[in-house]
Amino acid sequence: MIFRRPVFWLTLLFAALMIWVPVTGNRVALREDLVLVAIAIILASNLNLMIGYTGYVNFGHIVFYGLGGYVGLYLVTGRQWNLVWAALAAGVTVSLFALALGLGILRLRGAYFALATIGVLLAVQSFVENFDPWGRSTGMYVSFDSYQRLGGARHALWLTYFLVIGVMALSMLLSLAIKTSKFGLGLFAIREDEDAAVVLGVNTTLFKAVIYSISAFLPAVAGALMFFKNGMIDPSVAFEFMLSLEGIVMLMLGGKGTVVGAALGGGLYEKLRSSLLTAPKLSNFHLVIAGGLLLLVVLFAPGGLVGWLYRLAPRARKVLE
Amino acid sequence: MTALLEVKGVTKRFGGLHAVSDVSFSLGEGEILGLIGPNGAGKTTLFNVVNGVYKPDKGTITFAGKDITQCPPNEVVHLGLARTHQIVKPLQDMTVLENVTVGACFGRDYLPLHQARKVAWEVLERVGLAPRAETLARSLTIAGKKRLEVARALAARPKLLLLDEVLAGLNPTEVSYMIGIVRDIRDSGISVFMIEHLMQAIMSLSNRIVVLSNGQKLAEGRPEEVARDPQVIEAYLGDPDIAEKLRQESDATATAD
Amino acid sequence: MIDGLMIGSVYGLAAMGLSLIWGVMDVINLTHGAVIALGMFGMYIFFSAFAMNAYVLLLPIILAGLVLGVVIYWIAVHWVIDRSQLSSLLSTFAVNMMIIGIGTAIWSTSPFNVNFSLPGFTLGAYTFTGNHIAASIAAAVIALALELFLYHTRPGKAIRAVADNREAAELMGISSTMVLTLAFAIGIALAAASGALVSTLFPFTILSGAGYQMKSFVVTVLAGLGKPFGALVAGILLGFLEGVVTPFLAVSWIPLIEFGLFVVVLVAFPKGIFARATV
Repeated sequence: MIFRRPVFWLTLLFAALMIWVPVTGNRVALREDLVLVAIAIILASNLNLMIGYTGYVNFGHIVFYGLGGYVGLYLVTGRQWNLVWAALAAGVTVSLFALALGLGILRLRGAYFALATIGVLLAVQSFVENFDPWGRSTGMYVSFDSYQRLGGARHALWLTYFLVIGVMALSMLLSLAIKTSKFGLGLFAIREDEDAAVVLGVNTTLFKAVIYSISAFLPAVAGALMFFKNGMIDPSVAFEFMLSLEGIVMLMLGGKGTVVGAALGGGLYEKLRSSLLTAPKLSNFHLVIAGGLLLLVVLFAPGGLVGWLYRLAPRARKVLE
Repeated sequence: MTALLEVKGVTKRFGGLHAVSDVSFSLGEGEILGLIGPNGAGKTTLFNVVNGVYKPDKGTITFAGKDITQCPPNEVVHLGLARTHQIVKPLQDMTVLENVTVGACFGRDYLPLHQARKVAWEVLERVGLAPRAETLARSLTIAGKKRLEVARALAARPKLLLLDEVLAGLNPTEVSYMIGIVRDIRDSGISVFMIEHLMQAIMSLSNRIVVLSNGQKLAEGRPEEVARDPQVIEAYLGDPDIAEKLRQESDATATAD
Repeated sequence: MIDGLMIGSVYGLAAMGLSLIWGVMDVINLTHGAVIALGMFGMYIFFSAFAMNAYVLLLPIILAGLVLGVVIYWIAVHWVIDRSQLSSLLSTFAVNMMIIGIGTAIWSTSPFNVNFSLPGFTLGAYTFTGNHIAASIAAAVIALALELFLYHTRPGKAIRAVADNREAAELMGISSTMVLTLAFAIGIALAAASGALVSTLFPFTILSGAGYQMKSFVVTVLAGLGKPFGALVAGILLGFLEGVVTPFLAVSWIPLIEFGLFVVVLVAFPKGIFARATV
């Protein structure tokens, strides 16, 4: 069914390009740029499942990414696991954690839930800072032989890159699949009017917990891959609140509730961000601009870029998602 | 006639206020049971208890032989009991078709998406909303939204439909259209329990009527019996127009019989 | 521990601002932390410029807070106030980001200090720092002023009316826009004042506000929404708990406990611990 949707093929094409272009000519610098774009898209797409589809704003979603990084690194370095298995295990572990957590905090509606997710992020960060097996505030390093097991550092970096692109494509396809499914319809009903949804027969408690859990999986896997690639992890980089916020800005900017919006927002914002961070005078204004963009979107264009596009060309709705 | 819905001794309190007090009645298959009473009588609260939104402090609700007193609303739908709301709750940023499809997907049968869509189309045809299938729910008029609310509940393929003031806010043309829909629903084998303030409509539609006032059941019986009941008339005395209408309707139906 | 009680009254003051806005217009003001930080820097600026008694300087800071509140209201809140609560959450959040961004550009993330001390005294085993005493007195005075305002003046009563039922208040001729602007401005001014007081107690950076914002949320949630005085009490309670617990636990566990408490209270007591059941 989703094979019929143009966005399905667009996603595959996009992923293929993301792989092919840097590989030809061994463009390492470009690859490093693109991997950040891919991560942005992964975070925004999965956040979309909560914000765009279900209407629950998860301010602390970066906690899944960070935890995934920790679990993954721990398994690879501490337990000598293969990277792929470690990343998958990280995904599963963090999803289960999200499921348990979700059953508790998803009773809260709207803004209370949003605040609780911030609380969760800070609590987890605080916990990890005190957790000995994970290196407390110093964190952990990837041992050199972990790279050797993958055929050397250069090879390992390319492999990780391909895997991240894979996760990016999966994130987008997952969003598409959910959007076109019965489960997705139930989520939309929850977003529009949760009380009405219950009366219509939707098991809202279950649906919310499940989507929260699902939205944790791929970011956790991506976290495991990225922190492996970076070679180290510590609480301040794993649970960077700023990244969480940027995920929200990206999604709102691109257009929440749409698959393409998450990708557009992620990609564009990441480009904006890297050019801001490198320009000497503007680096401080990165936060101001992000905030300003978010404000403009919330006030004037809550549907983001894609929403605006839909208003200009309603036919676009049939092609894009 | 086997009772489809049995309400026994239901009491619901909010703090010190007895919204519903020891109310009992039953509803048979294939009938339209009307629920009337002055404002604040507890009618919508009673609906909320039947449908699982509130748990009663005392009493039981039995539906199709099953005790549903403690069932949450989403389970009650799967047993075949659907409801509409007095203040309609359309899923605003979804299309009419999507709205009704939700009802079909999560209703009595767990229909897969494409089958649910088919059911949704059929229901839309039935209530006359098919031309508006692709419009967003928020762009409908109040009459359209009321019809959508009914369509969504119908799509769940219920055995019993709870209608809460489905005629409120409609003009006379819309009212008679909606009355036609309700009769059509009953004729298709679905039982109806409806709250209504439009006396003429509810008197002519209902097989039987239950009257609630201050949370207590005042009377139960055929429309003409209820209309002549002195306690009922007294309850409405605060609104003499209604008391007079009741009298007139009962005389009209009496002469029509 | 005594210090904890006194700091707690400042927590309470901060939380009052948050609770007032939340209670009156159902808006969760995520600029709260940034404004607290601005209050800190405001005190620093005024103190550097005028070298007066810092507590006297509270007055211009409160005034500046009121003005700032009006500005923020009209930028971020007014337009989204009738939309979902999430819209105002995101818009105030966006403004928060902008304030922090500008603040970082001006002051970077280095620590600052307001070097003003009042003499304290010692009583037996307990030392009472002058600044702490003054801060808690100031907090109490401001809280009292707020009570008098809300219950004994016309604008104050108008605010309570709008908090209770906005439509009804409008029908009675109260301009809800003016009232909402005023309430928001007061909430911001309270936050700024609490920041100013904190600046006399501890060194601070532009990012310090965030920690107090979190504490304000914990306090507000403990006390229940829209109950500014419950917030004061809950604040003192929190300060007391912190004071009692700190000697026994490493400082790094405190945030975890506070946040954990926050989540637990939100889930278990949605109306706050002090809530009485209403019909």
